[in-house]
Amino acid sequence: MMTFLKLLFRNRLAAVGGIVLTAIIILVLIIPFLPLQNPDITATADRFQKPLSDGHLVGTDHLGRDLLSRLLHGTRLSLAVGVSAALIAATLGSAIGIIAGYFGGRTDNIIMRGVDMLMAFPYILLALAIVAALGPGLMNALIAVAAVNVPFFARNIRGITVGLAGREFIDAARLAGMGHTRIILTELLPNVLPVIIIAMSTTVGWMILETAGLSFLGLGSQPPQADLGSMLGEARSALISHPHTSIIPGIMIFLIVMSINLLGDGVRDALDPRLRSGALSRPLATTLVQRQGNIPEPTDDLLAIQELETQFHIGKRIYRAVGGVSLAVKPGECLGVIGESGSGKSVTALSVMGLVASPPGVITGGAVRFQGEDLIDADYESLRQKRGDRVAYIFQDPLSTLHPLYTIGQQLVEAIKSHHKIGNNKSRERAIQLLKDVRIPNAESRIDNYPHEMSGGMRQRVGIAMALANEPDVIIADEPTTALDVTVQAQILSLLDDLRRERGLAIIFITHDFGVVAQLCDRIAVMYAGRIVEEGPTAEVLDTPAHPYTKRLIACVPELGGGRREMAAIPGLPPVVDDLPPGCAFAPRCDKAATECRAKNIELEGAAPRAVRCLYPEEVI
Amino acid sequence: MGSYILKRLISAIPVLLGITIIVFLIMSLIPGDPATAILGAYATPENVAKINSDLGLDKPLVNRYFIWLFNMLTGDFGRSYSLNRPVIDEIFERFNATLILAGTAFVLCSILGILAGVVSAARQYGVADKIITFIVLIGISIPSFFLGMMMILLFAVNLRWLPVSGMFAIYGGGDLPDLISHLIMPALALAAVATGVIARLSRSAMLEVLRQDYIRTARAKGVPERRVIAGHALRAAMVNIIPILGIQAGFVLSGAVYIEIVFQWPGVGRMLVDAILKRDLLLVQGGVVIVAACYVLFNIAVDVAQSLLDPRIKT
Amino acid sequence: MSALKVTNLSKTFLQGKSLFGPPPAKVHAVRPTNFIVEPGETLGVVGESGCGKSTLARMLVGLLEPTEGKIEIEGQALNNADPAEFGKLIQYVFQDPNSSLNPRKTIRQVMEAPLKRLHKMPKKERDDRIAEIFASVNLREEFLDRYPHEFSGGQAQRIGIARALAANPRIIILDEPVSALDVSVQAQVLNLLNDLKRQFGLTYLFITHDLAVVEAVSDRIVVLYFGAVVEIGKAESIFTTPRHPYTKLLAESAPVVGRPLTAPEQKGAELPDPLNPPSGCAFAGRCPRATDLCRTDVPDLNNMGEDQLAACHHPLEE
Repeated sequence: MMTFLKLLFRNRLAAVGGIVLTAIIILVLIIPFLPLQNPDITATADRFQKPLSDGHLVGTDHLGRDLLSRLLHGTRLSLAVGVSAALIAATLGSAIGIIAGYFGGRTDNIIMRGVDMLMAFPYILLALAIVAALGPGLMNALIAVAAVNVPFFARNIRGITVGLAGREFIDAARLAGMGHTRIILTELLPNVLPVIIIAMSTTVGWMILETAGLSFLGLGSQPPQADLGSMLGEARSALISHPHTSIIPGIMIFLIVMSINLLGDGVRDALDPRLRSGALSRPLATTLVQRQGNIPEPTDDLLAIQELETQFHIGKRIYRAVGGVSLAVKPGECLGVIGESGSGKSVTALSVMGLVASPPGVITGGAVRFQGEDLIDADYESLRQKRGDRVAYIFQDPLSTLHPLYTIGQQLVEAIKSHHKIGNNKSRERAIQLLKDVRIPNAESRIDNYPHEMSGGMRQRVGIAMALANEPDVIIADEPTTALDVTVQAQILSLLDDLRRERGLAIIFITHDFGVVAQLCDRIAVMYAGRIVEEGPTAEVLDTPAHPYTKRLIACVPELGGGRREMAAIPGLPPVVDDLPPGCAFAPRCDKAATECRAKNIELEGAAPRAVRCLYPEEVI
Repeated sequence: MGSYILKRLISAIPVLLGITIIVFLIMSLIPGDPATAILGAYATPENVAKINSDLGLDKPLVNRYFIWLFNMLTGDFGRSYSLNRPVIDEIFERFNATLILAGTAFVLCSILGILAGVVSAARQYGVADKIITFIVLIGISIPSFFLGMMMILLFAVNLRWLPVSGMFAIYGGGDLPDLISHLIMPALALAAVATGVIARLSRSAMLEVLRQDYIRTARAKGVPERRVIAGHALRAAMVNIIPILGIQAGFVLSGAVYIEIVFQWPGVGRMLVDAILKRDLLLVQGGVVIVAACYVLFNIAVDVAQSLLDPRIKT
Repeated sequence: MSALKVTNLSKTFLQGKSLFGPPPAKVHAVRPTNFIVEPGETLGVVGESGCGKSTLARMLVGLLEPTEGKIEIEGQALNNADPAEFGKLIQYVFQDPNSSLNPRKTIRQVMEAPLKRLHKMPKKERDDRIAEIFASVNLREEFLDRYPHEFSGGQAQRIGIARALAANPRIIILDEPVSALDVSVQAQVLNLLNDLKRQFGLTYLFITHDLAVVEAVSDRIVVLYFGAVVEIGKAESIFTTPRHPYTKLLAESAPVVGRPLTAPEQKGAELPDPLNPPSGCAFAGRCPRATDLCRTDVPDLNNMGEDQLAACHHPLEE
């Protein structure tokens, strides 16, 4: 609760909204103790007194009633009615939504048909019909406003509930013997409640406007009782001659609704966990660069990553996802980068072309050189010209990485046209040829398919075709087969292998699977906690691993054909990269670790092409 | 595509029936003797007798519903007692005016709202984003009727740029420039709230889309950023924005009621409020059913637009 | 008496329900399936996406009502899909450990639910039992008052296992229990499962797509393809001497250190369309050995000797 309030008031606008709203609420609560005149006493002699006139701080209305008194009483009424309507609508609507979403099937169908029916009305028609039937009056206006808002809550909450009801913890609760009522109340409701509060806080202002609107039309509060809406409605005929009678209640409505909206946004932001981690900011076109320290000298490699450091800045924490990684590939070479999740292998790969999502990603050191040219401080346009043209990517999940609303043909053609001036027919022919190159059958007809019309394996072939579109020099493949079934994986891997041999492509292959690197890569680099701990030719690293981590990680992987057995395990967990220990990051899990291991930075050392970052390596290299 | 439109039109039939049932049920909530209540001040004995036989009010509820429905299908919405003319004539005359006002406002709020949302998302936390967010916040917090009144004070009374109210000038008006000069203020006042809502939701839809993997793919293949935003991202975001436009069309239509009153625009909304205050319930019933039916048709058009955009929707 | 006996179990989903128009299309997610799990055994179930392994698992714990067929646990038939009735005999460990824990409940609340609801245990006994289980899955008791987001994947999966154990079941269905974990953590969890099995005398049904893992932990293995069992055999021999061409394809596709990269022989990799299934063997379209017979007749599961059964008209020779 305290953290919630802290988060809420860190948002300065929300704080302003909160203060204004609190002031208004206090003001209307102490009405009985204020020296106010009776709001309903008419004095026609004193009509349309200007503000600051004698005895009437903000003047009088067309019947000579004190405007300040009417304003405060009206505010109280408007607030009470608006909030009640919101509460009623939220309670009923959420209950309907939860029931429909949880039970699904026929219950859901019938309820949602009804809700859709109500939403088929422009809301005011429904409200007008209700008021027409029940007769004008504030209570009836309240009922009408609450009723028209029930469907909005029902639909909103149903959507959330459907998502939650499909989650595994609901299944787990059923397996633990809980009944439906208990699941709804103890498993679902606590998870839905923040959404209900968000929906309420963002609609309460709207409901105050709606009730004020009905009163403005003369269908809400009836004279002499007046809420802010009816005050405006009554003042309208004197708008031109005595504008203050309209402006004052109008500004009050505006202040109330504005402060509620500001506060509501603050509540939404404070309750939405995605916003807390900064995930809702959109990634920029290139990763931010704040480079400190020396920039390494150019080399003659095709692509060289040099002492690269990439961090994530989330709130006050700094996650050192990549902490000084150096890698290089030559034409026709396949380099495997292997590591567990959080080892920084994907971030290394994405840093090359400035594709790390930023915010929160920041490149803080090192260089990435393509044919000697530093890409880290390249301007956007020259980086863009190399993206997909000289260095291309293949990503993990081909369903989410292809645009769902463009045909694969359009996406291939776009890849070509972003770098070459080429006619429509020519580019289409080229796209068909690319599809044939990745062995997609019936390329001529498949080219007009959308991604969702293809299988996972076919989609990944499209991903590869797109990477090949401009005959790049380097392909960076980030776990390209992880989302695929093994039989499909085997085909994709052999396709990649054939392509690189035919075209002399350099490939950087990111994976967590030793079997895959063993089959495809010439050299491998093993990463742990953002750094390379060992590198060398594939066979040597796999046969005689030098770093204890590599050796024990290989032992953890069950191999087909080994029969039933106990497996080796590494105790403990990989470290979180916002709080790395000094010295070797693997030391806490290593049975060979000594005091020196924990003391200071350990260099990657060895005789090229082999190197290891360990004081007590398993093999001498 | 033709068959999809047909399918959606057929699926609208139960919705339309549902609307008539809801309206009918609400109207049957009227306490006391319905004929007297419906007629209100016009409840002379012969009128009561006429409405009883018109609506078959002596019959059970279900029968009455089918009589009413059947009459409507033959174009007979009954007679307005306050205006003493057929309901259907009055509604069609008024509906044109509302369509001009609401249609203009809808086009305005769609274009401005989406544009503001896209710019805001592309420049998240930048100066443009902050300015737009602030204007949007004012837009959604100010009651449209109050905004309309203030506009009249400023632009019509003080600056004398635009006419105070009405749809045409009383003398010598009636041409297009005259209509436009009368339309500017009410259309803007009506569009304000919807523009704000659309801008906000477009902004969050764009932000959501910009974080997707396929945007990274587009950037990875070297698509220029302008095209990433205005092509890849906006196209995907439109899938979420179009339904919002459908809902906002309902809000614009609703807001038209207030604006028509403030600017004395001769539309359906003002007619409905007058009819309620005069308890001319046949006029209310007919007006609500016809406007709601038009809105249902509009939403079908929205669905069709959606299916053209998104190939994943089965047509 | 077998621990679990499944007779003709099948699940058919109806697609595209509508009031008018043609009758809804049927998708056979699981075709009539028979198998037995002996007490104390680990039966591995392996298959690729879309083979029906999750549907099968959900039916076995009562989360999904079978279209046809019978589930018997220790001779006791369970027919109506009621997780509360199933829960005392058979429990489930989910693939995604974080998604299987309610983010707004403490671990203690999660652990208490099965004890309170299934066994109506009083407070004191519950605390003792939870302490006992936590000790056996190597979790500290101070974790009990924390919320799920504070745990890593491996720890969360231990909690998931602890919750399944709390119900004191005879059988545990492990649905891809280590797929979401890193290899170094994966081994920890697999070894823990092995220890628990011995300690509590459990029977496991281990569902996965990872051939090496399933071979390492199972006594016998069932291979599923397109909703049907294509082969059953001993873990140590099924991948070395497969009888069904699909099993062979799987075994050859798995990336193995030291084996050169070659795409195994097959025609395309597309699964048949579930809405329009082929008339004969579902694998015929991809099978290098397929004949006309395979395209017309569905093969039965036949004994191939030495406890190995395969559903193939032209089984591979040893």
